[in-house]
Amino acid sequence: MKNLISERVADFIKNYPPFNVLDSNSLFELAEQVLIVYKEKNSIIFTVDEPQHAYFYLVHKGAVTLNNLASSNILDYCDEGDIFGLRPLFANENYKLEARAHEECILYGIPINIFKPIAKQNDQVTIFLMESFASNSRNPYAKNQKGKLYDNEEEENSNKEKVLPDLQLASYSKKLVTCSTRTSIKKAADIMSKKKIGSILVTSKDLPVGVITDKDFRNKVISGEQPITASVKSIMTTPVITYPKNLTITQAQMAMMKSNISHLVITEDGTSNSTALGILSKHDVMVSLGDNPAVLVKAIKRTSRIKKIKQIRKSVMVLLSGYLEQNIPLGLIAKIISELNDTCIKQVVEISIAKMDSAPPVKFAWLALGSQGRSEQLLHTDQDNALVFEDVPEEDLPKTTTYFLELSKHITKGLNTIGYEYCPADMMASNPKWCLSLQEWKSKLSYWIGNPGPNEVLMSSIFFDFSLAFGDRSLLDNMSDHIFRTVEKHPIFLVHLANGALQSPSPTGFFRQFVVEQDGQHKDSFDLKSRALRPLIDAARVLILSHAVKAISNTWERYEKLAELEPNNQELYLACSYATKALLKFRTRQGLANHDSGRFIQLDQLSKQEKMKLKRTFKAIKEIQELITLRFKVTNILG
Amino acid sequence: MGLFKKTPKNLPEFWKTYESLFKDTQNKKIDELTFVVLDTETTGFSFKEDRILSIGAVKIKKETIFVQDVFDIYLKQEKFNKETVHVHGLLKNGRRNCVSELLAMQKFLEYIGNAVIVAHHAGFDLGMLNTALERHHLPKLKNKVLDTGVIYKKTLIKSYLVQPKLNYSLDELAEKFSISKKDRHTALGDAYITAVAFLKIISRLKEKKNFSLKSLLR
Repeated sequence: MKNLISERVADFIKNYPPFNVLDSNSLFELAEQVLIVYKEKNSIIFTVDEPQHAYFYLVHKGAVTLNNLASSNILDYCDEGDIFGLRPLFANENYKLEARAHEECILYGIPINIFKPIAKQNDQVTIFLMESFASNSRNPYAKNQKGKLYDNEEEENSNKEKVLPDLQLASYSKKLVTCSTRTSIKKAADIMSKKKIGSILVTSKDLPVGVITDKDFRNKVISGEQPITASVKSIMTTPVITYPKNLTITQAQMAMMKSNISHLVITEDGTSNSTALGILSKHDVMVSLGDNPAVLVKAIKRTSRIKKIKQIRKSVMVLLSGYLEQNIPLGLIAKIISELNDTCIKQVVEISIAKMDSAPPVKFAWLALGSQGRSEQLLHTDQDNALVFEDVPEEDLPKTTTYFLELSKHITKGLNTIGYEYCPADMMASNPKWCLSLQEWKSKLSYWIGNPGPNEVLMSSIFFDFSLAFGDRSLLDNMSDHIFRTVEKHPIFLVHLANGALQSPSPTGFFRQFVVEQDGQHKDSFDLKSRALRPLIDAARVLILSHAVKAISNTWERYEKLAELEPNNQELYLACSYATKALLKFRTRQGLANHDSGRFIQLDQLSKQEKMKLKRTFKAIKEIQELITLRFKVTNILG
Repeated sequence: MGLFKKTPKNLPEFWKTYESLFKDTQNKKIDELTFVVLDTETTGFSFKEDRILSIGAVKIKKETIFVQDVFDIYLKQEKFNKETVHVHGLLKNGRRNCVSELLAMQKFLEYIGNAVIVAHHAGFDLGMLNTALERHHLPKLKNKVLDTGVIYKKTLIKSYLVQPKLNYSLDELAEKFSISKKDRHTALGDAYITAVAFLKIISRLKEKKNFSLKSLLR
């Protein structure tokens, strides 16, 4: 029965191979029998040695990883439109890999008994399947996918699956920007700066004849060798070095070194006598290798599509786990990763502004709050943010607010796309309560500080860790100054804030054992965030606020500053700084290993040494809480 | 009113079959339950005056929707309210195959069986369906009901400075969960959007402490 849902399914699958070559009858025949499966993050779709399902899968939303359990390697990463779990159905064997939802997913289950006859009839489908099984064309990591189509061939042994980045195919930019040999140098430079690219392909009769890079301008034009009115022919590097597609990163690197050039041209047949398909730069190679933050920053800044940023963020995660493995100091790791995250956010804001009909009417600032504001966000977590804009005449306020709310909606949606979950408490700039003019924010802050109930203290504690993610710094400074002035007028606020900092549940029980969660999904695991990290973060905030130090929102930097300000407590503060870093490292490791926020820790998975390390940090927590109790005389108001 | 009304004796066979499904008390885990996510398009908002134009529903078992097992039915209209036509684009008797209200109800009961009904702002859809049943001297639906509008709010953190809104529209849910709003304002299209939103809400609720289906089912 053809229905709206099957039309919806058909509408999606027709865009992706091998379904894109099917005629509409087969497409609908298939779509009507599809399963729409929802998978929670981290849930398993099939596992090793599980008997065949009657379906193979197409990712509609989300992402799926194919894992080799024996070597615990991720062999393939399937995004929207990718198919998986097909080969075993053709090879007639049990699953060899585990498929796991990397994100929350919606999958289309495509019935094999209907697909098989269609595939056999259609040559193009067969060819696609052969290619994808045999040549691993989509992803070279998927080495296990080798095999013949309609056969029961013996599988290769499993020790081959060590991931070799050298064999990874180099991804080149397919959006070619070209000019003809007669173009003037100035015109070519204009095109390049407009498109923000570092190289341009020169073609003659649709065939590639030369490449111009930034270097050519520097060496041959600015040096005075050629006037800017000359044609590009006089400065281009020629002949071009051409390669067919499907060359690996290592090949590309070697080719560049051999000819001492930075750009390769990918052509249809690999020679310069066929049309160019794309250009592969040294930069692309570096991005593919993904081990260099500077390259990643550049890649992020260059993209104009939010989905592309999501891809790059994957490399950021690879970078992060590499750093942790190499035991690089956490302060440094956090700096680099935060810088990368900041760049991502900035780019999302830029792209969102471009989506608006007009430029922002007045100056504004996009604030990162919470962990992101403290530059302590190493893993993907919720987004907490706010927007402040310059004061406008009263009659313009509604109009201005509407503009920034709409902008915020674009931004929060973009952030969601690149992997930041929406804040469940709706503390986001898309909420009219968190998108205000400077004056409105000031009165809101004054209210919180002047009427410190538990909620106001909570709000302040989230908000006071703000940092600038995008826009005008003076707005931010203005808010910070306002906070300090108001706090000075209401000293009791600090006592409430201090009291809030002591509310976190204790990490250890009476017998110095870990206190674990009693119920819920995380029963019997240790809540690292609220029992260990939060007390340290809260304490740092109230202390730094009492010293009226602005522009430091990072917790360990706050403790280092405190150590400087109060030499008599130096030892304790430095211990706290160290403890924060150690705990955050712990959390990040846990999070990467379990692909979650790392908040809850299974104690039985820890080594004795790790447990000792964890307990040592608790000593600092206890002492800093005692200091706060004494200093702010918290007991007095609690009576 | 119901108190004084005698239970009608001559209930049709299909009702008896439907009713018999509820004899065993359900005490199943969430994975074993069948959910029917439905939406109705109507001529207006009055239970008495207005009529159902179409019913769309999808079934969820173990977090899976079967595309061939969806429910999509259009009803013959005696009454016709011009004002709502532009919302739904359903013209009177249109070009679709339409069935009588009684037959639609019979098919609907056969489809839902004893599944748990899920709908966005379920009160309205249930009201329309029950009024339609009443017109044919049939009792009310016996299924348990979940309202995505209500359970969505349970996923939000409550704090008095950021109060959740009283009502979330299906559009807002679709946006929050990035569900394409294709086919919005058709019964089946809305049912599908609601179904995906429902699955996502449940997975978020599972993370919370003390989650049980019982606490959701009224």
